[in-house]
Amino acid sequence: MKRLATLLLAAAALAMPAAAQELGYATSQPLTLPHDTFFGMAAGVATNSKGNVFVYTRNGEPTVTLGGSRTFAHGGSSLYEFAPDGKFIRQIGKQVYGFLAAQQVRVDSSDNIWVVDRYSSMVMKFAPDGRQIMLLGRKPESVDVPSSPDTGRGTPPGSGSASDLFQSPTDVAWDAAGNIFVADGIGNARVAKFTRDGVFVKSWGSRGTADGQFKTAHGIAVDAGGNVYVGDRGNSRIQVFDNDGNFKSSITSGGDPEAICITPGAHQYLFSSNSNPANDLDRGGEIYKLELNGTVVGKFGQAGKGPRDFGSVNAIDCRSANSLYVAEAGNWRVTKVDLH
Amino acid sequence: MKIYLAATAALSLLLSTVGSSAQVAATAFNSAPDLAYEAVPNFFKAPAGDYMGELQGVATNSKGQIFAFFRGPNTRLWQFDQNGRFVREIGKDFYGFMFAHSVRIDRHDNIWTVDEGTNVVTKFNPDGTKVLMVIGHRPSQADGPYATPKGPNPPDEKYTLCRPTDVAWDQQDNIFIGDGYCNNRVVKYDRNGKFLAQNGGPAPGKGENQYNLPHGLQVDHQGNVYVADRGNARYVVLDNNLKWKTAYTQYGSAWSDCISEGPHQYLFMSNSNPNGNAPGSWKIGGQIYKAELDGTVVGKFGHAGKLAPGFQVVHMMDCRNPNSIIVGEIESWRMQKFVLKGSK
Repeated sequence: MKRLATLLLAAAALAMPAAAQELGYATSQPLTLPHDTFFGMAAGVATNSKGNVFVYTRNGEPTVTLGGSRTFAHGGSSLYEFAPDGKFIRQIGKQVYGFLAAQQVRVDSSDNIWVVDRYSSMVMKFAPDGRQIMLLGRKPESVDVPSSPDTGRGTPPGSGSASDLFQSPTDVAWDAAGNIFVADGIGNARVAKFTRDGVFVKSWGSRGTADGQFKTAHGIAVDAGGNVYVGDRGNSRIQVFDNDGNFKSSITSGGDPEAICITPGAHQYLFSSNSNPANDLDRGGEIYKLELNGTVVGKFGQAGKGPRDFGSVNAIDCRSANSLYVAEAGNWRVTKVDLH
Repeated sequence: MKIYLAATAALSLLLSTVGSSAQVAATAFNSAPDLAYEAVPNFFKAPAGDYMGELQGVATNSKGQIFAFFRGPNTRLWQFDQNGRFVREIGKDFYGFMFAHSVRIDRHDNIWTVDEGTNVVTKFNPDGTKVLMVIGHRPSQADGPYATPKGPNPPDEKYTLCRPTDVAWDQQDNIFIGDGYCNNRVVKYDRNGKFLAQNGGPAPGKGENQYNLPHGLQVDHQGNVYVADRGNARYVVLDNNLKWKTAYTQYGSAWSDCISEGPHQYLFMSNSNPNGNAPGSWKIGGQIYKAELDGTVVGKFGHAGKLAPGFQVVHMMDCRNPNSIIVGEIESWRMQKFVLKGSK
């Protein structure tokens, strides 16, 4: 089984385009925080229809209690909103129960803000005014320190449990009808589908290398036709499913996808970040721009700490196909990328 | 192979969950009349920029002020006025708050909190400015963080609670406590906190005088005790001396109960849809039943749902006024107000 995985990985590496066109790009860091506030690990970035920017970051101290009937963890991550010019607007949800270890933030077509937290294993929906309106999953009442992969409730990790409880979820996306797709994620290796009202519909996938299985379902995006793209980090592929989870194809031209994003509009593009691992700056780091069928348009960037480098990109916002935001988990910053 | 085994295990777990949920589908479900009701949208207003967490406890006092005990990043107790406007926080950083489970108001308007993290039941004065009594004691910090007991349950000592769940009083102000997640008993103390009696013991069981997680309890004006025996999906009725009288088994998952005030008291019971919400459970759970104290059903209202006004695992109800029910839900971090309109 392991050997097969290695072979598949090797095949994927071979299939990677050797000479994808380099896209011209400029970078900047327009987001400004209040005095004495800093990003920590920049996990998620997203824009709304007005161009406001939301960042979900691990920049605090998760605290574990002593002297009680359980090991209770709280705090550790913050959600910030910025104006289109980068000026700080506000912090949302300083006192939210489920904010522990930032994983992702996304904004839907109605400007609702969706927050994915890895440690609380929750997907939290906030109205544009910051009111909390829907919750998926439940934060474990008690945590193991250090964390074990099966912290929390539900079935064994990676088994493909058909449940609306998550284990280290990574990302969320919606189709035009408002159906919700959760990449779940690191503990589990599956996709869970819900109606727009949060009723569990089905889930698909489990840990593995076959079609329809995932090493980690690390990113998710839905195109205008309702097809679901899952960044299968570890298997170096983006798997494409129809709206009901039937496997359609695998895209291997986007590297080992840590973060993916599909642009809106008539001609949709798929971005995929071949993010470098946190402990290695000497490989990867580039971001691919692809057609939805996997054809490479071009690539840009590389791993590093310089102003034009990327450090373990964990999220891409591509509301504008030529003006992206990327959240760099390794460099603790959010970078704006203008493609030309 | 390992994956296959895990998947099989997952499937069987799933099936057993669905099976038990189906059993808990409340035999009163089909026969109970639907009560007409209205949800009051966005009744409760948190302070700007602040949030409630898992809504474990809701209660009103005789003036109609509303108290919410919830698990945020810290466990917090908030007071609202009769119109749902935030008034103040009580007991910020209080030593007895770690993991909320219940808040109830006694007939003198004292505020009682039950915390299953510190294992302490606290009595505050009506203003929330003074601690009048604590029952149980908090584990030592030197013992470090430790997870919920999984092995043999700790002994049910008279004055040590283990993840207590709820508190109630009779007309003589005797105190009744549900204890709890690791003990499986109901304890009676006098008004000064002296141990009087208990029913049940450390080990869970499903026979008479046994419990499997006594999760909520209430006392009627005659002094009878109504225990939501969650693990056994039944409501147990005890007399004032904790002698077994009967059990109501037709009302579903038995998460929480509430007895209304006034000359004609009603018993409200929540068939809360299960945590984890196994596929299919949405169709069979979530509703709240209204019954006579003798167990005769009056009707039902509400349904499971992640969006308001659905119920996302009801944890506690306030029914001081039987036509105005306040509901606290765990998994939506939500407190809702419902007006009952009587039978359809």
